[in-house]
Amino acid sequence: MHSESALTELQQAEPGSSLWRDAWQRLRQNKLAVFGLCLLTLFIVIALLTPWIAPYDYASQNLDLGASPPSAAHWLGTDVFGRDLLTQIMYGGRVSLAVGFIATSVALLIGVTWGAIAGFVGGRVDAVMMRMVDILYALPFMIFIVLLMVVFGRNLLLLFLAIGAVEWLTMARIMRGQVQTLRQQEFVEAAVSIGLSPGTIIRRHLVPNALGPIIVYTTLTIPSVMLLEAFLSFLGLGIQPPQTSWGLLISYGAETMEEYPWLLLFPGLALTLTLFSLNFLGDGLRDALDVRSARD
Amino acid sequence: MLTVENLSVSFVTRMGTTQAVDDVSFNVKSGEITAIIGESGSGKSVACYSLLGLVPQPPGRIDSGRALFEGTDLLQLGESDLRKIRGRDIAMVFQDPMTCLNPYMTIGKQLMEPLRLHGKVSHADARHRALELLQEVGIRDPGSTFDNFPHQFSGGMRQRVMVAMALINEPKLLIADEPTTALDVTIQAQILKLLAELQQRRNIGIIFISHDLSVVADIADQIVVMEQGRVVEHGNREAIFENASHPYTRKLLSAIPTGANPHTVEGGDTLIRVQNLHTWFTENRETVKAVDDVSFEIRRGEVLGLVGESGSGKSTIGRSILRLVPVTSGTVSFDGTNLTALSRSAMTSMRQRMQIIFQDPFASLNPRMTIFDTLAEPLLLHGIENRRSVAQAVLQLMDKVGLARQFARKYPHEFSGGQRQRIAIGRALATRPEFVVADEPVSALDVTIQAQILELLHELGREEGLTMLFISHDLAVVRQVADRIIVLHEGKIVEQAQAETLFQQPQESYTQQLLKSIPGRSIRT
Repeated sequence: MHSESALTELQQAEPGSSLWRDAWQRLRQNKLAVFGLCLLTLFIVIALLTPWIAPYDYASQNLDLGASPPSAAHWLGTDVFGRDLLTQIMYGGRVSLAVGFIATSVALLIGVTWGAIAGFVGGRVDAVMMRMVDILYALPFMIFIVLLMVVFGRNLLLLFLAIGAVEWLTMARIMRGQVQTLRQQEFVEAAVSIGLSPGTIIRRHLVPNALGPIIVYTTLTIPSVMLLEAFLSFLGLGIQPPQTSWGLLISYGAETMEEYPWLLLFPGLALTLTLFSLNFLGDGLRDALDVRSARD
Repeated sequence: MLTVENLSVSFVTRMGTTQAVDDVSFNVKSGEITAIIGESGSGKSVACYSLLGLVPQPPGRIDSGRALFEGTDLLQLGESDLRKIRGRDIAMVFQDPMTCLNPYMTIGKQLMEPLRLHGKVSHADARHRALELLQEVGIRDPGSTFDNFPHQFSGGMRQRVMVAMALINEPKLLIADEPTTALDVTIQAQILKLLAELQQRRNIGIIFISHDLSVVADIADQIVVMEQGRVVEHGNREAIFENASHPYTRKLLSAIPTGANPHTVEGGDTLIRVQNLHTWFTENRETVKAVDDVSFEIRRGEVLGLVGESGSGKSTIGRSILRLVPVTSGTVSFDGTNLTALSRSAMTSMRQRMQIIFQDPFASLNPRMTIFDTLAEPLLLHGIENRRSVAQAVLQLMDKVGLARQFARKYPHEFSGGQRQRIAIGRALATRPEFVVADEPVSALDVTIQAQILELLHELGREEGLTMLFISHDLAVVRQVADRIIVLHEGKIVEQAQAETLFQQPQESYTQQLLKSIPGRSIRT
């Protein structure tokens, strides 16, 4: 038999149902999770296209107009400077979603790598690595951010990194716990006995098997990061006008809530919908990735 | 006493309806042990659990049948009536004594709980009864261990406590679900003896659920054989063991390992030499001497059996040879090379010459990798095949271990236990190693599958001239495959001899005790 015919035979073999594909099947049956996923996708697409589809320029003011309630010209109304609220929410979404996803990705990358190495190598290396995590945990977060801002100046990218650098700690702990359980399983021992290097074992055997809880935790981290950005911006440490974010819009809206309730209502709605979507998706993923429910 | 008629139970899930128990009838008389035998998935546990309302509904559903227990149909009773019967008239003993006892409650408290729950008994009376029972199930000096917690007892003692707990309300029927499966052979023999004595003394009925015919061979009065939810054969012990009529029963009987390895070999030159091996672990600042000064040799081409109970260090020896655990002191040499002194990279290239097959085929395969990827990994790593030629090599490997080629792209969870063990064997043999450690390779499998896997290992071993270290707690299995046997106890070698010599003329008392504990001696002679 030639290697070509072996390859054809392999391609014709029945495809297996991987755990990921099973999980996807289950996720698709969860209506709330699918709804969350669709809504998130929609928000992301809008955020990406904002510069081209936004109805107005985000910085241009119309002081004559002032704060006006929703109308045909301004669907969601305008703020006290006469800026279109829909445009502001669209631009704010860009920042908020970017913070959410980029900071979480940073956290994911550092946390998963760090936790996997600590958990797999174990012993003294593990002790040192995890004590470092503990120390960073103990460091007051605000002081850390303020310090970064003072040293490097205010900068959007730095904000992403700073938040990510705080959020990875929990990720590392979860990953380490996962890897510690996994490495006692015989398939990891089998990988060692085949002669695979530690790096390959972590990459091919450990990380894919630990991703379930990590993915779920990620969907919980994104909303918390977005709220963190809102908090920092509120304190004046994050985004500065005329740039805006949902968090900033909400904090301005809260100040004028009594006279112009729509300034709080619509940005709040945008943030709430996103958080709900992420939570639905997170719940759905947790159920879908649970192997026990796969066997019912 | 208990008559089950036409019981059918099914499970309704999204994937469809599964008939777990299909038209099952049997009866249990008081003063008799009725064994229900079947492989995993045969419905033996579901049938018994459904009698006590212990099958969750849904997904479970009792379709039909009656279960008359002293004139009452158990299947018609509501939850509150059933609760009165459970534990008082019908009690249960489960497989794993560790998970069935509350770790935060003393043995004494746990024993008294059912007494105080079902009857109005004073604390002092309850304590008195509990102590009596502990004595009866063979706990020495129950007064001083009464206030101990479960973790302070050994596995066998815990199972005795479980039996005592089941007996405390003087049930008329005891359902024991694989009560000895998690125990060592010598402990298993003691628990079996205990159950037989109790049944005689108290004249109770016992349902003994097991996957292993040989376990019940010495104690059962009636035997019910189940396959795929149905009763295929039902009769008293003699009828089953001497003239079983159903082919499935005969298959089960023939799968019981009996007799010696029919083709023992002498073995050639020394392939592996273990000298003064010590492997110690530190757990909570205590040193556990898992392997304590062990020396032996394995000759090329022979199968060396390594036998011992849990904690004897048998698995640690296998892992020490392959350097999967760090060795404390001593040397292991392989074909003249001292493995303990090799650098990591030199060891990596050595690994293709020595492999391991693990016990649990559910844990030993990466659930996220297809069979193809699992089998291709060692071939690609050691450069035996390249990306182009690996497909053919993997397919041939699958032929060799008896897996259909069209399953190459499937994932481990889509296979049965036996098939998974074939995959694991394929992975171990992929690099054509000279030496394989088989660490309890059949212990997690059903008996009929066990026989197939042993057969496969035997065939492949002979074909490739493989040298094997066969680790097992099951003496009957080792006897079937090994040329030479080493008996281990608490990290030390007790005895080593040619396989048949060991079985015919065991020298040490520990070996003699082990051999006596092999269940089913009445059917092996």
